[in-house]
Amino acid sequence: MIETILFYFLAALLLGLGLIVITRTNPIASALSLVGAFAALAGLYALESAKLAAVLQILVYAGGIMVLMLFVIMLLNLPPQTLEPLKARGAVVALAFLAVGVLFGAPLAGALFAGGTGAVPLPAGDFGGVAGVGGKLFADYLFPFEALSFLLLAALVGALVLVKKKL
Amino acid sequence: MELFYPVTPAHYLVLSAALFTVGVAGALSRRNLFVVLMSLELMLNAVNLSFVTFSRMNGDVSGQVVVLFVVAVAAAEACVGLALVLAFYRLGESVDVDLLKTLKG
Repeated sequence: MIETILFYFLAALLLGLGLIVITRTNPIASALSLVGAFAALAGLYALESAKLAAVLQILVYAGGIMVLMLFVIMLLNLPPQTLEPLKARGAVVALAFLAVGVLFGAPLAGALFAGGTGAVPLPAGDFGGVAGVGGKLFADYLFPFEALSFLLLAALVGALVLVKKKL
Repeated sequence: MELFYPVTPAHYLVLSAALFTVGVAGALSRRNLFVVLMSLELMLNAVNLSFVTFSRMNGDVSGQVVVLFVVAVAAAEACVGLALVLAFYRLGESVDVDLLKTLKG
């Protein structure tokens, strides 16, 4: 019962903040709504017992990526008269896409609800915790993990090169 | 009432699809480059939610390992994407995607 209440509350928060993100003129408002959406999403991960994913979502996504994005938005400091013309190219496109999504999504949702499993109980033990995920990560996914460190290095160097004024 | 009351994994999957749709609508219709980047992050997070749900359904924690990778790749992509936004701003004093019509710098 508590899972139901929490799920609907967090889902409403997530979708509401997501819609706010795509409809604001001021990018600061969008970014702050996105931070709130990530917090709601971390709550949903925790509800599904993905504890490590929930904490990393807050630490890395909300606390790292969004802070970086806010830094850059505030660094550019676009005045409001520049932001006003940057509205949607007709909110018609967004509304049309949302309408198509609902049109195709309704039978999909119906099929999922009809044919899917019932309520799945949460797995026991340290399912989504540090030991559970870490064991799997360093046992089966060691090579992608090491490759990821190279990816982060490449991204770091690439970003520095891209913003240099003179190579 | 059975549609709403015990929350099954199908609820999470429908929520993930809805969030993805919101992300694509934002990426297609906004002219501000920052909002397009944020819509991309919304899409990535929708897929993360889907991964976590399937990981719970199958009892396999690999789904959450993939979520870790997606978060790290999204961090790298946001970093490089914002560097590109800065470089683009230096050229034209604007972050309007409609000005990105040619491949010329």
